[in-house]
Amino acid sequence: MMSAAITTRPPTAPVPHAPAAGGTRRRSRLRTRLELALLLAPALVLFVGFVMIPIGVAAYYSLYSWSGFGPLTDFVGLDNYVDALSGDVFQSAVGHNMIIAVLSIVVQLPLSIGLAMLLNRKLRGRTFLRMVVFAPYVLSEAVTAVIWLLMLQPGGFVDEVLRAVGLGGLVQLWLADQSMVLYTLFLVITWKYIGFGVILLLAGLQGVPAELREAAALDGASPWQTTRHVVLPLLGPTIRVWIFLSVIGSLQLFDLVWIMTLGGPANASTTMAVYLTDHGFKRYEFGFGSAVAVILFIICFVFALFYQRFALRRDTEGAVTSGVR
Amino acid sequence: MRSRKPLALFAAAAFVLAGCGGGGGDASTEGPVTLTWWHNRTTEPMKSKWQQIADDFHKTHPNTSFTIEPIQNEQFQTKVPLALQGNTPPDLFQQWGGGALADQLKSGKLADITEASSGWIGPLAKNADGWKVGGKQYGAPYLMHAVGFWYRKDVFANAGITSTPTTVDELNAAVAKLKTAGIVPIALGGKDRWPDAFYWAYFAVRQCSVDTLKKAVEKTELADPCFTKAGENLKSFLDTKPFQDGFVGTPAQQGAGSSAGLVANGKAAMELQGDWQPDVMQALTEDKELASKIGWFPFPSVPGGQGDPTVMLGGGDGFSCTTRAAKACAEFLGHLVGDDVQKILAETNSGLPVTPAGVAALKSEPHKVIAAAMSKASHVQFYFDTAFPTKVGQALNDTIANFFAGQGGPDTIVKSVSEAAAGNK
Repeated sequence: MMSAAITTRPPTAPVPHAPAAGGTRRRSRLRTRLELALLLAPALVLFVGFVMIPIGVAAYYSLYSWSGFGPLTDFVGLDNYVDALSGDVFQSAVGHNMIIAVLSIVVQLPLSIGLAMLLNRKLRGRTFLRMVVFAPYVLSEAVTAVIWLLMLQPGGFVDEVLRAVGLGGLVQLWLADQSMVLYTLFLVITWKYIGFGVILLLAGLQGVPAELREAAALDGASPWQTTRHVVLPLLGPTIRVWIFLSVIGSLQLFDLVWIMTLGGPANASTTMAVYLTDHGFKRYEFGFGSAVAVILFIICFVFALFYQRFALRRDTEGAVTSGVR
Repeated sequence: MRSRKPLALFAAAAFVLAGCGGGGGDASTEGPVTLTWWHNRTTEPMKSKWQQIADDFHKTHPNTSFTIEPIQNEQFQTKVPLALQGNTPPDLFQQWGGGALADQLKSGKLADITEASSGWIGPLAKNADGWKVGGKQYGAPYLMHAVGFWYRKDVFANAGITSTPTTVDELNAAVAKLKTAGIVPIALGGKDRWPDAFYWAYFAVRQCSVDTLKKAVEKTELADPCFTKAGENLKSFLDTKPFQDGFVGTPAQQGAGSSAGLVANGKAAMELQGDWQPDVMQALTEDKELASKIGWFPFPSVPGGQGDPTVMLGGGDGFSCTTRAAKACAEFLGHLVGDDVQKILAETNSGLPVTPAGVAALKSEPHKVIAAAMSKASHVQFYFDTAFPTKVGQALNDTIANFFAGQGGPDTIVKSVSEAAAGNK
């Protein structure tokens, strides 16, 4: 469109009301730049100082075998990366992160959509129910972890509730069974974060015009058809943003695991970030820890780039292009 | 859906910020000096006790004042390396000695107080050894710790156990009796890993001679076959299933369902833990009479082992000085191991005093028993995770924890030490 607009006017043709406007335009351009500099500078300084430089420094440390004390002298090249990537524990940690990410999408997403639709209807005590669903999200992650750690002990609150309602057969060694522990953690994660998904999707649902549903209903669409073909497509942008946040969160999962299991038993619930803390800080192997941090960063960054490019692009297109002239 | 701070970046930022501290003065000062003191007693009564002790010291030594920063125990692991890498480390800070101390020496910021301490280190005798590296004193303990079995007298009596076990066979018999009586024989906080390590360490201490133990720590390797044998003994012990269900997921000290909580509430009969356990247990139960119901006995002897049955597993709480104000700091450390302060510490039951005068002032019955066992011991073996360099000690703990969870064998544990020492991850 822009190129079309330019070619319709011969390049040599005088610009209308040129001389007078030239000065003000230059002045206003200068002013725009000043404004930009003023507004962006603080954020830029912080971003460079606290994000870019640390990443660079971590990458530098990661090339050394370094206990955190004294100067960096023991250059090992990419050995730390090779050690991490070839280690069983790190590989299984990556696997655990992937399982959590996939489960989040497969289990939490439908659950969030369902709850959001339910809470979007006019029903008695709706505000209260919304609050109940959202409450766990407000709790700090450390508090959540300690509460659930205590409730999930054998014979603890969870077991007693299950037995009281006649579901004693479901009782497990929630945190002690190596084949169970990751799923137990996933249940706690779901409990904690489902409220965020619901609130996000509720906001998305507010953006679905009632007229569209009414029109669909008038055309004879069943409620299911309306949901499937009208509401869900319009929720698309919200869902895609939720998936993005959820996957990044899953990849960086730490606090909950650290407090509830320390990655155990026998590394059955170790995540990449847990492995990083365990081997970087606890063992005083800061070079190696930095290498793991860099790997984690690259995985998240690559995912973010690809997701932006292929999934979020449509959603952000309007926002980005409408500002460009 | 999770939204948390990007950890990788955060960790990276922490690495960098450590390098940005302002320059501090380096001269060993004679004039007025303010000591920045990092200790790990964030709860009462010790928090105010330390404040009081510092205030009293200031009264008699007006040139020395304090800025006290109580810091949560677990945070020392991350804060100390960062501080020592920066330019303004604390002047004295919590120090557990052993391999971690040797690691920290590489920063060049720790003060050698061999000379400064010569006037007061004598009464500490062997207790001060853990804070020595290469024959030089880089700190001193103010309280020692020792590990042994805490048990409930009432539960033992109900199960018909009349005397505390002195051999592993007797321990096994007690475990069987307690099972018959329908009670968990031993509680274990396996989630936290370090309680698992106590068992392996004690089986090693009972199986190996004192010389072998010393050599193993010196060389950072478990080459002697006695260490493998210790793992085999541990395996046989684990096979008797002495612990509560799901012990690998049980925390050591959090809540009534923790291992400490199980014993405190009479749901388990024993726990292998440090001398600090009575306070930990008391916080987890409503039972005000708990103190009268619990007793202590040392880890039993192992038939056929070359280890001396009097040897204890333990460690200690101490402080190291950094170079800036080493003189004033060392003087203060001398004050902490002096009779007055040691007597105050004895009354808190938060550890074992480091000097005979302090031990004589102990009031609690079990602590007197532990202190007596310590003074009788031919050797006090530092917890292996502290004795070894940090990366080796942690690798050993992790391997032992995996062993408790059914992964690996006695030889895996032995190998983990040499592999970690060689830099394998």
